[in-house]
Amino acid sequence: MSRDHILHKIRTALGRSAGQPPAEAPPVRLRVPEADLATRIEAFLSSVSRLGGKAYRARSPGEVRDYAARLLDGRRAVASNAAVLQDCGITCLPGVECGFADRSALQAACAQAELGITGADYALADTGTVVLLASAAEARMISLLPPVHLAVVPKECILTGLDELFTLLPRPSELTSSAVLITGPSRTADIEQILVRGVHGPGEIHVVVW
Amino acid sequence: MARRVSLFATCLVDQLFPSVGLAVAEVLERLGWTVEFPEGQTCCGQPAFNSGYWDEARQVARHCLQVFREAEYVVVPSGSCAAMVSRHYRELFHKEPEVLAEAEALAGRVWEFSRFLLEVARVEDVGARYDGVVTYHDGCHALRELGIREGPRRLLAHVRGLVLKEMDIAEECCGFGGTFSVKFPEISGAMARTKIASILRTGADTVVSTDSSCLMQLRGALLRAGACVRTLHLAEVLAFR
Amino acid sequence: MIRIPHERFERVLAEGALQEAIYTATGRLMEKRREAVAPEVLPDYQELRAQARRIKEHTLENLDFYLEQFESQVLARGGRVIWCRDGGEVVDFLTALAREKNARLIVKSKSMTTEEIHLNEQLEERELEPVETDLGEYILQLAGERPYHIVAPALHKTRYDVAEVFSRTLGVEREEVPERQTRIARATLREKFLAADIGLTGANFLVADSGAVVLVENEGNARLTTTIPRIHVAVAGIEKVIPRAQDLAVFLKLLGRSATGQPLTVYTSVLAGPRREGEPDGPEEFYVVLLDNGRTRVLADREKRESLFCIRCGACLNHCPVYRKIGGHNYPWVYSGPIGAILTPQYFGTGHEPWLPFASSLCGACGEVCPVKIDIPKMLLLLRREIAKAAVREGKARWERAAFRLWAWLMARPKLYEFAGMAASALAPEGSQGWLRALPGFLNVGPLRAWLRERDLPAPAPRSLRQRWRVRPRVERT
Repeated sequence: MSRDHILHKIRTALGRSAGQPPAEAPPVRLRVPEADLATRIEAFLSSVSRLGGKAYRARSPGEVRDYAARLLDGRRAVASNAAVLQDCGITCLPGVECGFADRSALQAACAQAELGITGADYALADTGTVVLLASAAEARMISLLPPVHLAVVPKECILTGLDELFTLLPRPSELTSSAVLITGPSRTADIEQILVRGVHGPGEIHVVVW
Repeated sequence: MARRVSLFATCLVDQLFPSVGLAVAEVLERLGWTVEFPEGQTCCGQPAFNSGYWDEARQVARHCLQVFREAEYVVVPSGSCAAMVSRHYRELFHKEPEVLAEAEALAGRVWEFSRFLLEVARVEDVGARYDGVVTYHDGCHALRELGIREGPRRLLAHVRGLVLKEMDIAEECCGFGGTFSVKFPEISGAMARTKIASILRTGADTVVSTDSSCLMQLRGALLRAGACVRTLHLAEVLAFR
Repeated sequence: MIRIPHERFERVLAEGALQEAIYTATGRLMEKRREAVAPEVLPDYQELRAQARRIKEHTLENLDFYLEQFESQVLARGGRVIWCRDGGEVVDFLTALAREKNARLIVKSKSMTTEEIHLNEQLEERELEPVETDLGEYILQLAGERPYHIVAPALHKTRYDVAEVFSRTLGVEREEVPERQTRIARATLREKFLAADIGLTGANFLVADSGAVVLVENEGNARLTTTIPRIHVAVAGIEKVIPRAQDLAVFLKLLGRSATGQPLTVYTSVLAGPRREGEPDGPEEFYVVLLDNGRTRVLADREKRESLFCIRCGACLNHCPVYRKIGGHNYPWVYSGPIGAILTPQYFGTGHEPWLPFASSLCGACGEVCPVKIDIPKMLLLLRREIAKAAVREGKARWERAAFRLWAWLMARPKLYEFAGMAASALAPEGSQGWLRALPGFLNVGPLRAWLRERDLPAPAPRSLRQRWRVRPRVERT
């Protein structure tokens, strides 16, 4: 009822008829710069630091695990089912829970955990962004509920920026119900423009590239 | 080459600040141009246009088109009035093809004073001398409708004895805005005071701009604030030697 | 005569601390934007703006097509689309949904569209409990105020105001440090998130080819709103649709930079449908409410259609010297600043608060920074024309029109114009070096009086330029 009413008003306003195909859309504008892997890694790490995140370049899976262990320091963590976390041995660290299949158990664990550990589907070098696509491997909550987020980023996932991401993933929603771009720690400046980190999401973000 | 220009002084300069028009003529004549003052000229029509009275604005605009029909170069010591003629006449007459053609033609022949010096007369150094510390106020229409930003500063840079000190908010509006200044005097006045504070922070003894309307607002507010800063149109500074 | 609320302006102009707060906060946002779009960091800024405008133009010109495409994509991903003509229909839908799902607590992330229809008040009347979760919006909800700014809703609140609001409404100890105030909000709202049945958001973009709702934020509250509750409802204006997910590359680069100077905001969520097979979490149900509420009327006006391009970055507010003086609450609607000045009369009719499009010096700063290149000054001029026409038609502007008619008549008659100038000059009192501090009573009226309230007035020149020109010695040619 309202649907037809609104569409009718739109068509009247535009002088269009139902089912009329659209005019040709302006061509998509995506410009992907050339940058080799080393440059992308370097840029990504410095972008993350600039945002107030902690960036670390690991040389081996063991270094990734050690970083996670130091960060844990006896606290509780929830890890996603990303393969990279298993490969690095993070899921076996004491205090790390993972492999949740049940939603409410996952939520309860995330609400209690001090640390959420995820992989990354992509990362954007120019903005220091970690891209997470919700899937069986990546739950949405792990990068969101705990006050600290650790993302382990396989180096080949690092893209130059948004344009490359949307070149590779023209329609992310075909793959996932939720594609999230995380650029730095949760923040606000709502009170007197004073920057405060960790409003609702993690106030601390650690990114380990290997 | 016909080195002849018509001066469109604007009503404000004609009635309130004639020295600006004389200064424009002096500078151009020194550079070898013959300056004419078509006696039929009055106003560009902007006050009515900006107030929503487009019929009345059209009446005045038509008159203006007719006055400058024959002129090869029309020089205007105001970015705002120049933009009115070169940009907004099109809007006023977009339903009257004949007048529109005339408006388009005039648009190509209208020059804001500083732009005329730089792009037609092709001079940066007019041989002026002014001993003082000057700060430059960007008139909004010169800046945003005509894209005039560096030009006046380049001209000032060549004035002997002149020291240019930039404001921190040179591009912020002075609060004049035509009828806005009297419809919303409290807001307009507050904007002027903000601008004046910035002028005073520079320590300049003179404020210069391309538009007498901004300078009227600034001068009026400076006097009211008891501040001892002179206001001069760019042409007046360039006429000094 | 159009009534202008001078008393309100004067009141806010007299509040020194507030003036300082608005000017500093907007000034900082201006500075951050300037740095973020500087040619050194974003060389193709102007091309991006041009592309963004082209896309918006194209989408609106084919809006029915893209909305239907969006709808079918949402359906294909297991979501539902609800079309609402106005706020009432949104409330009806939400109330019915809440009843059906036995839901009461609704967590909300910041949404100007729901502000526009005063959704919170209406939901409360229906015994539902909407809770704002964006820190600024939360403070305002507790204080019972509407947003002061599109992007920074609590721009006018000091930490001391927040301390007062929190201690009064939440029963916590008075706390004046923003960091600790934020902790209080986090803890209180976290409980709400975990208990909420429905998560309500706006949408920064709707993506037609994906059926996606895109949300842009810094705090994480929009993510929580769309992750924890079983039901996600997004309320979006119909103009929010863009054709392709790939167009996001353009809009995301412009939005954060224009709003707060961030190349990207902290979280950008591209959400399409309820959680899918195998995904561990996310909502079970996904609804998108497409709201008209006057937008189709704006769409029908070819000249001013571009007002609907707005992506709500707030840059025009920050750069507006008028907004920076009178603040957000002196604008009649939730959309303040230049964009509010052009949207309000188009949604409510030009008879509603007709002073609004006139409250601008036409400085053009808004149009200069608009990321989708809305020609706001031109929209203001067009609205002024409509308002003046209506005022004349309704006999409300007799004097003003008579004055402009006389003026136009005079301006087309140079001799009379010159004579009038001479008369004014003869009539004017002598000033000090040509400037007047005051005028005798019979002259101290109307515009002259308004001018003199704030500034000294230049006296008419004793002889006009044309008179001096006739007797002027010519400079020798060099």
